[in-house]
Amino acid sequence: MQSTPPNHFELFSIAEQFNLDLSTLESNYRKIQSAAHPDRFITATAAERLSAMHLATSANEAYSVLKSPVKRAKYMLEQHGINAIADTNTAMPMDFLMQQMEWRERIEDAKMARDIPELDNIADELATEAKALIGDLCELFDIKQDLAAATEITRKLIFIDKVCADIDQVIEQLDH
Amino acid sequence: MALLQISEPGMSAAPHQHRLAVGIDLGTTNSLIATVRSGMSTVLQDDFGHALLPSVVRYMPNGDIVVGHEAQAHQSEDPVNTVISVKRFMGRNLNDITNKAHIPYRFVEGADAATTRSLQLQTRAGLKTPVEISAEILKTLKARAEKSLGGELVGAVITVPAYFDDAQRQATKDAARLAGLNVLRLLNEPTAAAVAYGLDNAAEGTFVIYDLGGGTFDVSILRLSKGVFEVLATNGDAALGGDDFDHRIYCWVLDQVRAATDNFAPLTEEDTRLLLTKARQAKEWLTDNFEAQIVCRLGNGILVDVTLTAPQLVEVTEHLVSKTLSPTRKAMRDAKLSIEDINGVVLVGGATRMPHIRHAVQEYFQQEPLTNLDPDKVVALGAAIQANILAGNKSDDDLLLLDVTPLSLGLETMGGLVEKVIHRNSTLPIARAQEFTTYKDGQTAMSVHVVQGERDLVSDCRSLARFELRGIPPMAAGAARIRVTFTVDADGLLSVSAREQSTGIEAHIAVKPSYGLTEDEITNMLKASFNSAEEDKKARMLAEARVDAGAIIGSISAALAADGNLISPEEVKAIEAEIQKLQQLAAAEDATAIHQAVDALNHATEAFAAARMDASVSRALAGKHLENLDL
Repeated sequence: MQSTPPNHFELFSIAEQFNLDLSTLESNYRKIQSAAHPDRFITATAAERLSAMHLATSANEAYSVLKSPVKRAKYMLEQHGINAIADTNTAMPMDFLMQQMEWRERIEDAKMARDIPELDNIADELATEAKALIGDLCELFDIKQDLAAATEITRKLIFIDKVCADIDQVIEQLDH
Repeated sequence: MALLQISEPGMSAAPHQHRLAVGIDLGTTNSLIATVRSGMSTVLQDDFGHALLPSVVRYMPNGDIVVGHEAQAHQSEDPVNTVISVKRFMGRNLNDITNKAHIPYRFVEGADAATTRSLQLQTRAGLKTPVEISAEILKTLKARAEKSLGGELVGAVITVPAYFDDAQRQATKDAARLAGLNVLRLLNEPTAAAVAYGLDNAAEGTFVIYDLGGGTFDVSILRLSKGVFEVLATNGDAALGGDDFDHRIYCWVLDQVRAATDNFAPLTEEDTRLLLTKARQAKEWLTDNFEAQIVCRLGNGILVDVTLTAPQLVEVTEHLVSKTLSPTRKAMRDAKLSIEDINGVVLVGGATRMPHIRHAVQEYFQQEPLTNLDPDKVVALGAAIQANILAGNKSDDDLLLLDVTPLSLGLETMGGLVEKVIHRNSTLPIARAQEFTTYKDGQTAMSVHVVQGERDLVSDCRSLARFELRGIPPMAAGAARIRVTFTVDADGLLSVSAREQSTGIEAHIAVKPSYGLTEDEITNMLKASFNSAEEDKKARMLAEARVDAGAIIGSISAALAADGNLISPEEVKAIEAEIQKLQQLAAAEDATAIHQAVDALNHATEAFAAARMDASVSRALAGKHLENLDL
């Protein structure tokens, strides 16, 4: 029905770079939804409702990817044919692995002690760590265009993201 | 089905034909219907000036069905045939119902497990599903609106708890259709409340809607900005509400009476309902008073006379209050917000009148909750505003609701584990695909089991549907690539399709499980309710088909006149040929042929519709308005 769909950046008419202007992204997302949301097409023909649904869905998907730095990095690498979490991409510096184990142990201890404030502390530390890595990615993607280094940082971010999700899950279990 | 009023093809719509559209709050305890009149959202009242319709349905000995205050007045005498709080049973089966011993109904598991696993209630009018009972409430509201507005309704927005799962949403939609309502949209209750509150106060910022109704609890966090209502996170408990507070009081009263009475005989169904009613009255009294006296005589002659104080109420219901705070904290975490980020907390639902609820909310959010709108009416008022816009009575630019799916959706994988495909709090509409493969050599079929919930094990989640993809060519294990796509529409309803990538074999299912009614069942029930001669039905079907045909021809002709340059002259010709075919058929008498030609015309315009959509999005991004363009 349609020719090749636009990539996520094209859909929002924004430049394809990692360090993007989140307020433009958000305002363009809202403009697209204002034009394409199914609520606008309740009394339209079936064909129009179908294309509205299609576009609103694509906009939601693209927005959820671009607004998250981790998903955005992963997506940009995919656009260059690199799968950041492929089995072949296993190299990870030893110091990062050690740090990860340390986080995991602290989470486990906090879980046993039912210490939610400590879990929040760990999450804050991880967020600080992630912020620094995201800063590095801006330079690696947009200035140096060093995709190999960007892949390694992205993999670190994906790990941190996973640890954060695990923390959330533990808090949820403790706070039933 | 309600008919849209359509002008002559080629002509623009009449200057402004107001379309009658309503918002309905189908509540556990009370239901309301509202509409926008002269720009104001207003709750419609019955002949006696009541805005609230008690959600009580009584099946009478003479076959009549009574809904509302009159039914409520007789609930203690005729508990088995007087259904209250039916919303708690929507989309549920028998295993889902706790406290069965304390609910005075005769539950029956749906007879045919394959089609209706929904529970049913044994009444003197026969077995009734919660969908049928809810439809009686909706019919009463529909009649109230049509009488008060003086015409047939074009459509309705029906509200549902944000935390309702797919089965409960589907059941609600079925009930509305059974009542003869055209459902414009299912709208989440807290979102509806946010619309009413936000527009009324020109609010901007991040707001929490804390909605404790008769039987359900929702908490939603929304960002309000320039007419866009964006839900950041929602959470709740679909089986927690004011009813549970009544039940706690009821248990407390029983404990007091048992302690003071020798040989306390088991309660009758009438006693249970009487005590629950007294418990509810005591709870309401304690909102403004320090103590409530509960006095009544039970069937076995025992006199109940106990006094409940406000502190005692707090004590016996404390754990219910804290049960609402856990979902609240979850929603805050999912939205990645802290208390300081919240600009206001809006209380919705009659149960939020209880002072200790207000205190708990105030303590958690460290600010006084907002209560300047009637917590009973705010949901219906918001739904009416949305209905008015969806029906096309108001220009489109001023309001946009971006809602989310409350629960994660996934598939069963090996070992009874859930693979999540769509995560909770994803903005709607959403479509997401995941690839799976076969695990045995030569496997030719794959069973797809769709579940909803947050837990890792299938057995801990709600099963929504199962279907099979057959005809996969025999391949080595792991070679087939089966792409399963989940789509959740703006009503929050899920459909799932599966496709084997190398062969293109497909299976598709609108998830209409076990709990709702099938399309045929609804059609049959509707047909039976018309109770008219075969001739009338045919005439009605033909009239509806012609209206559909006129609508689509009008709308496509207008689109071609405006945007025909977006496609090639050949494509325009092809569409015009389909229009002509449809025009000829619409002049004839065959309704089925007209429907087929409508489908064909729709199909022929898909590429055109997509091109127009792209053009309209480009215009939106360029910041231009329609009137500046080639119209």
